[in-house]
Amino acid sequence: MEVTVTVRRRANIADPAGTAVSKALRDLGYADVDEVRIDRTINLKVGGADAADVEARVREMCERLLANPVMEDYDIEVRP
Amino acid sequence: MKTAVLVFPGTNCEHDVVYALESLGADAELVWHRDTDLTSFDGVVLPGGFAHGDYLRTGAIARFSPVMSEVERMAASGRPVLGICNGFQILCEAGLLPGVLLQNRDLKFICRPVHVRVEQTNSILTRAATIGQVLEIPLNSYEGNFTATTEEFEALEAAGQVSLRYCNADGLVDGQSNPNGSMGNVAGICNAQGNVAAIMPHPERAIEDAIGSSDGRILLESFVASLEAALV
Repeated sequence: MEVTVTVRRRANIADPAGTAVSKALRDLGYADVDEVRIDRTINLKVGGADAADVEARVREMCERLLANPVMEDYDIEVRP
Repeated sequence: MKTAVLVFPGTNCEHDVVYALESLGADAELVWHRDTDLTSFDGVVLPGGFAHGDYLRTGAIARFSPVMSEVERMAASGRPVLGICNGFQILCEAGLLPGVLLQNRDLKFICRPVHVRVEQTNSILTRAATIGQVLEIPLNSYEGNFTATTEEFEALEAAGQVSLRYCNADGLVDGQSNPNGSMGNVAGICNAQGNVAAIMPHPERAIEDAIGSSDGRILLESFVASLEAALV
């Protein structure tokens, strides 16, 4: 199954890359861009026939490796 | 007394660390990250560099290297475990130290001497130094911005686990002397027992005046002393 994990920096952690991009957008004339946050997408192909089971395993992967809970949250989208 | 200096794929400071330790009279040996036996070593250093290319997050993959189970064993049994720069990042990802190292506040790779102030002398890294002592040591990093949850950070401060803070040449700790946005100007921390310590700048690059500063010696001397005698 194809799985997409979106890893997002927690709201209370500064995102300097997002800030740099929002400044650049405003310099380009897009004055109404208030905030930019740059997240990370990880795409996986995982074996298994049960979507709930695949999601549980990917959740474990997120907890162990793919995301660092001190600074990141994550979403999982399973596409059977 | 022998120190293991770990080498992950992408590590690049291991030779400087070995040179520095040997110049202080200690025995040091390079150990590849796939080695799973550190029983003949009295302490371990995780040196600087770009372990596993810093892929995913700096230190995120290195923390699962085979040698890390031995590092965890040594940490749990009170042996000295020191992380420098990338080593600091790996120890945080491994959960042997709290917090995480984020990108530098100004998104620049910082490569210049900085000043740090010794805050506590209760760790394997600072036991030979004096509280308030100011040291000039090179910083060389892109992810040196220490952060932790509010609870973790308050606990660190309360327990005296902040070992070193960025300061100016006169020892003043303030926003201007903070090169990378690190919470509380933190440049180095230790665990509750004081036997696991980490520092972001490179003491091994400040061991001889000929290379700009010998202020790093006192920190590495502290580590070497800890090989022989555990902290009280």
